[in-house]
Amino acid sequence: MNPQELLYWVRGTGLQIAAAVFVSGMSYRMLHLVLLGRKKSLATPRGSEWRSGLRTIWRRSLVMPELTARGRFTVTAGSLFHLGFFITLLFLSQHIDVLRAILGFGWPALPRGVIDITAILSIAALIALLAHRFMDPVKRLLSDFQDYLSWTLTFLPLLTGFMLLRGIGFDYLTLLILHTLSIELLLVVAPFTKLAHMLSIFAARWYNGAIAGFKGVKV
Amino acid sequence: MKDHDTLEHRLAEQGISRRSFLKFCAAMASLMALPPGSATAIAAALAQAKRPSVIWLSFQECTGCTESLTRSHSPTLESLIFDMISLDYHHTLQAASGFAAEKSRDDAMKEYYGKYLLLVDGSIPTKNGGAYSTIAGRSNLDLLQEAAKGAAAIVAVGTCAAFGGLPMARPNPTGAVAVSDLIKDKPIINISGCPPIPAVITGVLAHYLTFGELPALDELGRPKAFYAETIHDRCYRRPFYDQGKFAKTFDDEGARNGWCLYELGCKGPTTRNACTTTKWNGGAGFPIEAGHGCLGCSEPNFWDAGSFYTPLSAPTADITTVAKIAAVAGVGAAVALGALDRAKKRQAQQAHEKLTVKDL
Amino acid sequence: MATSSLQRGINAFVEQIDGPVATFFTSCVHCGLCADACLFYTETQDPQYTPIHKLAPLRRVWQQEYTFWGKLMSRLGLGKPVTDAELAAWEPLVYDSCTLCGRCSLACPVGNDIAYMVRKMREGMVASGHAPEGLKNATRRAIETGSPMGVNLNTLLAHIKHAEKETGLSVPLDKQGADYLMVLSSAEIAEYSEIIPAVTRIFHQAGVSWTMASDGFEGTNSGIQIGSSDLAAELLGRIVQAAERLKVKYVISPECGHAYTALRWEGPNLIGRPYGFQVIHIIELLDQLRSEGRLRTEGVDVTRMTFHDPCQMVRRGGVIEQPRNLLNMVAPNFVEMPDAGIQNWCCGGGGGVSAIARAEPLRIKVFSRKKAQLDAIGADTIVTSCSNCRSMLQDGLEHNHMDINVVGLTELIAEHLAPAAK
Repeated sequence: MNPQELLYWVRGTGLQIAAAVFVSGMSYRMLHLVLLGRKKSLATPRGSEWRSGLRTIWRRSLVMPELTARGRFTVTAGSLFHLGFFITLLFLSQHIDVLRAILGFGWPALPRGVIDITAILSIAALIALLAHRFMDPVKRLLSDFQDYLSWTLTFLPLLTGFMLLRGIGFDYLTLLILHTLSIELLLVVAPFTKLAHMLSIFAARWYNGAIAGFKGVKV
Repeated sequence: MKDHDTLEHRLAEQGISRRSFLKFCAAMASLMALPPGSATAIAAALAQAKRPSVIWLSFQECTGCTESLTRSHSPTLESLIFDMISLDYHHTLQAASGFAAEKSRDDAMKEYYGKYLLLVDGSIPTKNGGAYSTIAGRSNLDLLQEAAKGAAAIVAVGTCAAFGGLPMARPNPTGAVAVSDLIKDKPIINISGCPPIPAVITGVLAHYLTFGELPALDELGRPKAFYAETIHDRCYRRPFYDQGKFAKTFDDEGARNGWCLYELGCKGPTTRNACTTTKWNGGAGFPIEAGHGCLGCSEPNFWDAGSFYTPLSAPTADITTVAKIAAVAGVGAAVALGALDRAKKRQAQQAHEKLTVKDL
Repeated sequence: MATSSLQRGINAFVEQIDGPVATFFTSCVHCGLCADACLFYTETQDPQYTPIHKLAPLRRVWQQEYTFWGKLMSRLGLGKPVTDAELAAWEPLVYDSCTLCGRCSLACPVGNDIAYMVRKMREGMVASGHAPEGLKNATRRAIETGSPMGVNLNTLLAHIKHAEKETGLSVPLDKQGADYLMVLSSAEIAEYSEIIPAVTRIFHQAGVSWTMASDGFEGTNSGIQIGSSDLAAELLGRIVQAAERLKVKYVISPECGHAYTALRWEGPNLIGRPYGFQVIHIIELLDQLRSEGRLRTEGVDVTRMTFHDPCQMVRRGGVIEQPRNLLNMVAPNFVEMPDAGIQNWCCGGGGGVSAIARAEPLRIKVFSRKKAQLDAIGADTIVTSCSNCRSMLQDGLEHNHMDINVVGLTELIAEHLAPAAK
């Protein structure tokens, strides 16, 4: 198979396989979690579960107890990474082309210069977070193979994407193949690791808010 | 017919001045980025060159490569090359036909055995013994293998001869292959393009005639002088790519402003050729300048690389349907396995032994 | 026949894992922010006290029993089953260094309610026999004698007699058809019995129809603390029985953290049916009386006063504004400590920790957090609404040689009751 044929495959069958595994894996996991069920409380509620649950979904990104320096670092780097990642993923023209092909609709892109910055920010934040994961005693205790695997799978698309946009290291064809493959790898593995949090976080935050809201506590 | 006087005499007879000839040599040298003294070297070599025999075999082709080479707006600079070689066999350009033409080829191959240059355009069908393309009752497969035996070198002109081209596109009903798929024991140079740029053909021939060897080639056998860089890296619209300014349809504001054609399917980033620098039609322009994205015609499998109008980042297969089916499958699995898990939980609840103080 | 302890424990884990637990474990990204919210980590800097780490055995059981890969690995013999030794090793983490205060549940960025999960994990810990000796003893006493501290009806009757003499009012006991059933906690009866004359006087002034029950006066629920729903249900059942026997409309939950959690929130689920009455926290009731104009105070306490939010009442209970409304009546120099309200820091002794002797050094050590809060505002008096918090605060202040008075809110209000109209 020559490189052109490989590129065609990763953009075609390869992407189909990745999408199939990702979508089936994520829909399986998300529904499976919720299907375990939650016993309805027989106590008298003081507040609304649903409203509190929904509100916590966005509030939890903003409202948290005051943190120490190490906590502030994690929140700052984590937020920068996520923000940079999502802006780069959703607002680069070349990415919108992919999403338009899948979803049937697109949206305006941001100027390339902005994406150059957000890509660098998310890469830098991710590297900083890895360093912290090695150095911080709490994270060291908590971290396992999955954490490092997830980091690598998330880092590779960002790195190869940036190299592709700027023509660093290899030629465009090679980098486009690597970038697409790295995304397919991420998609295939994600549902079975903590990366599933990308969807389960909505349910988790909802439960958190619902449990508190039932008692009339605004979290 | 077989006039092997020196080139200098031939040109003079045709009324081509020495000045024009030197200009041609200088143009060739500069095109191939050869060192300053080369123009003189080329002139000296070519002037004394005995016109080598060139046999041009046309197989499963559309004749576009010949058209490109011979159709030039400014007279003779490209066709000048024909005065430096002895074109002993060419379907479109030769005067003879039938048995006379075939004999002409046979004689040239015998007389200049081991020394003639073999040019091939078109792919070679291999299914059913190569019956899909025959000349004088013989398959292209057969003709190529015979002609290759005595060739000093082979030039595969055009993407069909270099990589298989259009006939090889899915489902490849004739079993079309490239020259390099069949001939393994001769130096082959691939001048890909659909068609190739005329100056590239003449430049390669001029190099061969001057230095007696093929120029430096890339991993696909293409002369680096013309195929080292991608269209993307030399495209005059590159600043718009870098800014994220793209035309979205063929007559929108972006298109009219000359913005990058990536989103209209341009394959420039993954295509290597000299279109952006040497250009076409005597330097008049190239497809992107005319407002249409690069088709990637000098690359292998360019007919099977997805639509010409799908951007390079976009999928080449239907993802939406796959995703929908996958979602249903995932939900089904969740319901099935979820039922099993709920049963397990229920079982655990039933197996619960009530805790009493005795257990503490 | 009786299954092995470990099997019973694992079975309890499997029982306890529900949608939220599975979702929480799936979402955890090992960010460690929960450690920043837990005073057992912040005051010791010992990573093993990271809240989510306390749940590691439960997580493994979830993985092996409820996830596709976990089940596959187990079937292939590649899973690492949870061992008895592991549960033993985790016992101090799950009990000594966690008060179920729920601060971690506020801090988790992906929304995990970690305290919710610790509560569930204790079900398996106690079923496998891995609960601290001190807590086991307290629970045993509670089941067998009615109180974890060994307080019995005679003690109560003595205090009641004393209160009646002191106030000149009668303390109703087993009064059929009263509106409110007042429940107490052992710690109040044993250490802070002033609560009895306090509520007697307040209810008298406010015209509240109330009673106590001789067979249902203990609200402390060691069952919740040790983590056994079975035992918690038995303890709670006594109050429910008494309340329904006396046909009261409301049961008043006392100034005790986990009593409120047990009565108000877990109760109906423990006994498997809704109550025939409503539950109201004593502070909720006092605030209600205040807003109805039935609670009149006079005079103020001018000392620099602050409020310690009991975790189970405020953050995990939802009674947040009411203590402040009441303090506004009598404390002109009231000042909130940093992180006041639902983000306040635990006293370090709730959730059963105060019953665990071996946990005392740790508990004293982590009091430094409360000390820091108090140092920041320079308070002279701390008011609180939980007798266990009160005891823990007194203990911690003493250890740190801090001269701060600790006062119960109900008593404070009672002290400033306006004299009855003639």
